[in-house]
Formats: sequence, structure tokens, C-alpha cells
Amino acid sequence: MRVAASGGWQSLWLLLAVVCLLGLPVLVHAQTDDDGFRTVVAEFANANFREKESIAGRLIDTGHGSAGTVLTALRDGRFFFRQEDQQAFIVESIDESLSVYALVDPVSLEEAGSAEPDELSRVITNNRLRRFLRIAIARFSLSSPDSDIRIDAVKQMLRSLDAASIELLRERAGEETNSSVSYEIDTALALGALDEENESSTRLAAIDTLADRLHPEVHNRLSAILERNEDGSFIEGDEDVRRAAAEVVRGIDAARAFYAVLETVFFGLSLGSVLALAAIGLTITFGVMGVINLAHGELLMLGAYTTYVVQLAMPNHLDLSILVAIPAAFVVAGTAGVLIERTIIRFLYGRPLETLLATFGVSLVLQQFVRSVFSANNRPVVTPTWMSGTLQFNEAFSLTYNRIYIVFFTLVVFAILLMVLKRTRVGLQMRAVSQNRLMARAMGVRSEWVDAMTFGLGAGIAGVAGVALSQLTNVGPNLGQSYIIDSFLVVVFGGVGNIWGTLIGGMSLGIVTKTLEPFAGAVLGKILVLVAVILFMQLRPRGLFPQTGRAADDV
Amino acid sequence: MKTGTQALSALFSDRTSLGCFALLTGVALVVPVLNVAVPESSPLHLSSYVVGLIGKYLCYAILAIAVDLIWGFCGILSLGHAVFFALGGYAMGMYLMRQIGTRGVYGHPVLPDFMVFLNWTELPWFWHGFDRFWFALAMVALVPAALAFVFGWLAFRARVTGVYFSIMTQALSYALLLAFFRNDMGFGGNNGFTDFKDLLGFDLQSDGTRSALLVATAATLAASYGACRLIVGSRAGRVIRSIRDAESRARFLGYHVESYKLWLFVFSAVLAGVAGALYVPQVGIINPSEFEPINSIEVVIWVSIGGRGTLYGAAAGAILVNYLKTYFTGALPELWLYALGAIFIGVTIFLPRGLAGLMRVKSRVE
Repeated sequence: MRVAASGGWQSLWLLLAVVCLLGLPVLVHAQTDDDGFRTVVAEFANANFREKESIAGRLIDTGHGSAGTVLTALRDGRFFFRQEDQQAFIVESIDESLSVYALVDPVSLEEAGSAEPDELSRVITNNRLRRFLRIAIARFSLSSPDSDIRIDAVKQMLRSLDAASIELLRERAGEETNSSVSYEIDTALALGALDEENESSTRLAAIDTLADRLHPEVHNRLSAILERNEDGSFIEGDEDVRRAAAEVVRGIDAARAFYAVLETVFFGLSLGSVLALAAIGLTITFGVMGVINLAHGELLMLGAYTTYVVQLAMPNHLDLSILVAIPAAFVVAGTAGVLIERTIIRFLYGRPLETLLATFGVSLVLQQFVRSVFSANNRPVVTPTWMSGTLQFNEAFSLTYNRIYIVFFTLVVFAILLMVLKRTRVGLQMRAVSQNRLMARAMGVRSEWVDAMTFGLGAGIAGVAGVALSQLTNVGPNLGQSYIIDSFLVVVFGGVGNIWGTLIGGMSLGIVTKTLEPFAGAVLGKILVLVAVILFMQLRPRGLFPQTGRAADDV
Repeated sequence: MKTGTQALSALFSDRTSLGCFALLTGVALVVPVLNVAVPESSPLHLSSYVVGLIGKYLCYAILAIAVDLIWGFCGILSLGHAVFFALGGYAMGMYLMRQIGTRGVYGHPVLPDFMVFLNWTELPWFWHGFDRFWFALAMVALVPAALAFVFGWLAFRARVTGVYFSIMTQALSYALLLAFFRNDMGFGGNNGFTDFKDLLGFDLQSDGTRSALLVATAATLAASYGACRLIVGSRAGRVIRSIRDAESRARFLGYHVESYKLWLFVFSAVLAGVAGALYVPQVGIINPSEFEPINSIEVVIWVSIGGRGTLYGAAAGAILVNYLKTYFTGALPELWLYALGAIFIGVTIFLPRGLAGLMRVKSRVE
């Protein structure tokens, strides 16, 4: 093992030395490369459209990494020369509302100051040049070593196929080794083949290739084959092609419907996890202590603000800040919870309706506290880079990472909570107190201490839920208010004091809400859910999983 | 068993009741005089603003009595009574909107402004009849009663009690809040109704009308108080209290607990609706924010501060808290929520019987 390790080090050193030796000339070469590239770029200044075409061609031939960016900027009208020194610049955004353009150097692609629009002259293009550029850019991206860029380039070309791009793709198809890129190229070529008149077998083969493609372009193109002229005759003359296309469209529609359902379910699950996460602390405090905590929403809010503060405290490690925020929010909200329990709630045991009102007073105080400290405006919380973006399964189905993480996070929190309740001493005592307080006390359990711990645990979980919420909604003084009613519904629906009930209740309410939304709209959907819960209480007045035994009588 | 006249005479021999009636009569007599008859230069003059405020407080007092009737005497904690208040207010608002007629911004003879704005061409079916005052008055009572009946019937029949009931009423008010925010509901969306002109032909801006409304509100408050006293003093009232203290036991003794709760809940909703109807012409606006769940919780705060289960305490609590609210939001706006929160925590811990309880203890000590 040791030998192998030292051998590994040796070869690493050797490798490093070789890289250094080879790297020197590469660096020198890159230097000249940049200069050459800059000279070619400068030629755009006084060229006519024809000349611009050849300059663009030469830019690509340099093989310089910035060529694609320069040509894209040229195509989009974002390529300028500064009038005073004839320096070339790319402008990131030429939005009309901007009074000053931010400049980017076309060679290094680094920021290069700013200029007012009338200090710059745009390098103008015409249709012919733009068409040329489109193909040139596509060609450039298609030869990129990065397969993702190649896939994007092909998808871009799919949207508007013409003879030139098909030619280009056909060229590329032979060389392509990456299977995902080949798949996209096949799609594009098949789409192109559909347009070949009088070649029934080619077209049928193309339709066959397209059978499992979910691209919107494929669906549109095949649906166009099925359309009729105004006089009722089919646009498409070939009946075999028509029949094959109809079958494929049916298949695509079915697949899309399936993925749509999948997506709704997933949206519902992610909404449901948020609801369950927000409600779980509530159900613990109710189950063990019989206390309905109306300040629960404000504990969520404290968690969200903790995320914000942690983020302010470590501005250089935004990606890590959320991981730090989770324990921090647990501690902050948990401490607040213990304080509330020790100073207020312990005087009100056995009077659930009064605790409801006293905790409401607490919620008002906490809200105003946050308003005084952080102002009434929403605070910005940055989403870490590893949580943004989407996970693309295919053309019709993709999931955003933040939602995936939240579902996952909820399950982890639930698992930890179950462990605490089932496997630890505190958990055992909590369950004992919730089942029979007097008997637990007689057996030596310090029920007061258990109460404080329970409330702290419930509050701490609310804080953790607040961290999750900070990624989804605005962090402001009203954050708690907007979630408290939903959380209560989840608790009531699932059965007060039942952790599994809360999880299942949250998930089902989430899925029902998301299923109703497309038909009824967000607001009406929500109303329908509320009405549905009210009616559900007819069948099960104490939720899905009602408490049984003695504890049930006290409520 | 007491007969009706006996009950009435009992009501008027009860010292607290008499005190309340006397106080309300005093307010109803003195305030309009100080506002209309006393010249503005005099230090005794009450501005129309203050008259409006007093009228508003009295409306809140009616609402508080409605909540106290079910919470204090029957143990039903409704966290959705602002719904009935707002529904009564909307019914009155619809009448007032129809009274505007051609004086609206768009000058349409039938359609209120917001409908013209939304390009509606005819009145929705549920707006018909609201041009007549008696119809609007009937709706002020019937709409809250109907909702309370349906909701209460569903809830009580399924024995949804305690906290579950409270949370369901919160959900109800939240649902209605969302519903009334929608423009296509036909209730003016989030702007609600405003710019009212007159009521039964009397100009709502004039001092005389305002004073008359104040007197009407004071009279309604007195009548509500009297009615609630009669109910809780009756034989049924004793059953109601027994339900509060031991619901199962009352049921086992053969009382039909659900009916008692249901009818009391419906009556309380009607009172809340009437309070809302008196409130709207005096404040001049009604919009969906009246449905906010927090409003309903505030009503419960008034009742518990004043003293639950006393009726007069609830009314006093409503007036006191709202006076404090007016004062704090004007003088120290950032402190209002701290103060309200602190009062609330303090009262539930230290004064479980509210201010009325404090008075009772004191008199016993003496």
C-alpha cells in the first residue's frame, strides 16, 4: 500500500515536470495567439459585409476560445468599436433602459470598464451575414471539446433547420463519438429528412427515428403533417407517412401526459415537504404538551432570518453559508422556544385555548421585533450555486435542484426526528409524558424539563424549516403568517400529535393543491383545498391518524 | 320556569345590565349633542372624526359580545367571527353601492363603478334586490346565518371541537379572504366597496347622519346585550353553560348538544353580521382585508382582556383595546404590536378572568 502510494507520488511529480516543460511553449504560443486574434478582430472596423464574412471565417480558423463569443455578439448586435481609439468591445446587454454599457474585452472576455452608447459605434450586419454567422457559430460550437456545448448547439439548430445547417450536421454526424450528441444530431437529421419530397421510405425511416423524441419541434413538425387544407384534404399526400406520423404523435402525446403527471406529483411532493416541514414542530408540541403554538410561524421566520444573518457573516462562502445556517437556525429558534416555554407557556398548561392566545401575543412581539431590527422590507437570501439549476431527464421532464433538495431535506429531518423520539432517552421521556403525564412524573421523569426540551425541539425544527423556506419565498416579517394556516391545516388533516400523519398529510395536501392548480388557478385551488379539508373533517373529525387512549380526551 | 315578562324584569333589575343600558343611553344622548349642537369653538365640542371613532368602537363591542356569547358561555372558540362581520358589512356595502346610482365615476345607472371598469354588462344575479333597504337588511342577517348554519352543522355534527374547531374557522376565514380578493367574485376585488353617498336618502358625510348612525349602533349594542343576557339567563342558557363545562355529560343527560351549539353559533353570527352592517356606513369602506384571520383573533383578544363570560366585559374590552390601538398607532406606531402582544400575554397569564374578573375580585375583598 505504502509502496504503491509512493509510486503514485513519483509518477505525479514526473507528470508535473512534463507538463511544465510542455506548458512553457504553450503559454508563449497562447500569447501570440491572443495578438493574432486581436488583429483579426480589429479588421471588422472598416469592412463591408462581404469582408466581414471572410474575417469571421478567419476568426474561427484561429481556433481561439473567444471566437464563438465574438461572433455571437456580432450576430446579436452587441459588438462595438469605441470611437476615440477604435478598440473593439463586446457589450453584455444592450437593453434600452441602460444609460451606460458595460464593456467586455473580446479577447480575454474580462470586464473592461463602461461607456455611454453614443461613444460607441456598432458593427452592423445584414441578413446574409447573420445567416452566415449562425452557421459559423454552430460550426464552431459543434467542434467544441465540451459535449454539453455541442448538444446545446444542435438543439439551437433544431429550432430553425435549413439546408446549410443540415449539411453541417451531416458532416458532423460522421465524426461525432459522444452518444448524447449523436442522438440530438439524429433527431435533427430525421427532422430534415421529413422535408424530402417523394422519398417515402426515407421519410418513414425518419418518422421511425423520431418515435421516441420528446422535443417540442418534433411534435410540431409531425402534427403539421396531420393538418388539413381549408377544403378538408390533407396537406400531406402520402398516406403511409401520415399514418406513421399520427401514430408517433399519439405516442409522444401519451409520453408527455405521463411526464406531466410525474411533474405535478413531484411539484406536489416538494410543496408537501415544505408544508410538512413547517408543520412538524407544531405537531410535536401539541402531541406532547397539548399546546397549540400560534407563534410557530414566527419561529419559521426566525430560522429564515438566521439564514440571512449567517449569509451576511460569511460573504465569501455563500455556498457553504446555508449548511452553517441549518444548525444555527436550530439553535436560535430552539432557544427562543425554550424561553417562550419557560416564561409563558408553563403557566398555562391544561388551558389549550389560552395558550393559543398567549402564543399569538408572542407572535406579534416577534414580528415587531424583526421589523425593528431588520426593517419591514424583505431581505435577500442568495440561493447557493449547487442548489440552482435543473436536472433534465429528457425534453419533456426536468426537475429543479432546489425542490429535489427540499424533498430530500424533509425526509432527513423526519428520519432524525424519529430517531430522537424512538432511540434517545429524551425521546422516551417525551413519549412517556405525552401518554400519561402523571404516571411519568411518578416514575421520576422531570416533566417540566421534558416540556422545555419538547418545546425547544419543536421550535428548533421550525427554525430548520425556516432555512428551507428562505430558499423558496421572500424573507420578511410576514413569512410566518403566510405559512401558519397551511401548517395548521396539515396538522389537523394528519391528526394532531402524529408525526407520520403530518408527513402524509403534508404530502397529500401538496399533491392535491398542485393537481388542482392547472384547472382552477392558484387561488381557487387553495380555496377548494380548504373546503375539502373542512368536509374531510366530517368523516374524520380528528384527522387521518387520530390520537387514541387517554391523551385524546384532554383536547 | 320564568315567563318572558319575568325574564325581562329580571334583566332590568340586574345592576350590571342597568349600568350598561344607562351608560349606552348616556353615550347616545350626549355624543350627538356635543357634536351637532355645541359650537366648534367650544372645548366640549366633539369632532365628527371622534363621533365616527366612537361609532366604530361600539360596532366592535357588538362583535365582541357575539364572540363572548359562544366562547364565554359555550366554550366554542371561533377564530373566524370576522367572517360574519365582513359578510354583514358586504351586504350593507352592496346596498350602499346600489344607492350611488349615476353619481359614480362612470355614471352608470345600475352597475357599480368596478363592474363598469371590468367591462361587465349586466348585474350578477346575487346583486339583484340590493337596491332595496329591507332586502339588504334581511341579507345582513341571513347570509352570515346561512354560512354559520352550514359550517356549524357540519362541524358540530361531526363533533369537531376545541382547537380543531378553532383552526377550521381560521381556515374558513382564510378561504373567504382569498375568495373575496378575486375580481371575478363580483365584490370589487381587493379594493372592495367605497365612495358611498347616502343611506335611505341621508347623506353619509353629514354630521346628522353620523350621529343618527351612532345612536342606532348604541341601541343595537344595548339590544344585543339584552338579548344575550336573556339567552344566558334562561333555562337554555344553563344547558349551554353545562355544555361548556362538561359536554359529554350534558349529552349523556339527554340534551341535544349539537342543536344548542348550532343555534347559539348562528345567533352569534347574525349579531356579528349586524355589527358589520353598522360598521360599513360609519367607516365608509369595506374590503377583503376585513376577512384577515388576524382580525378574528383580535376579537378574541378583546373578549379575554375584558373578561370572558361576562358580556359587558367583552364590550368594554373591545372599546378599551381599540382605543389603545387608535392611540398607539397614532402616537407610537412601532410600539403597537409590542403593546398588544404584551397585553395579551400578560392578561392570559395574570388575569385569566380579564378586567371584569379583576373588578369582581376587588368587590369581594371589600
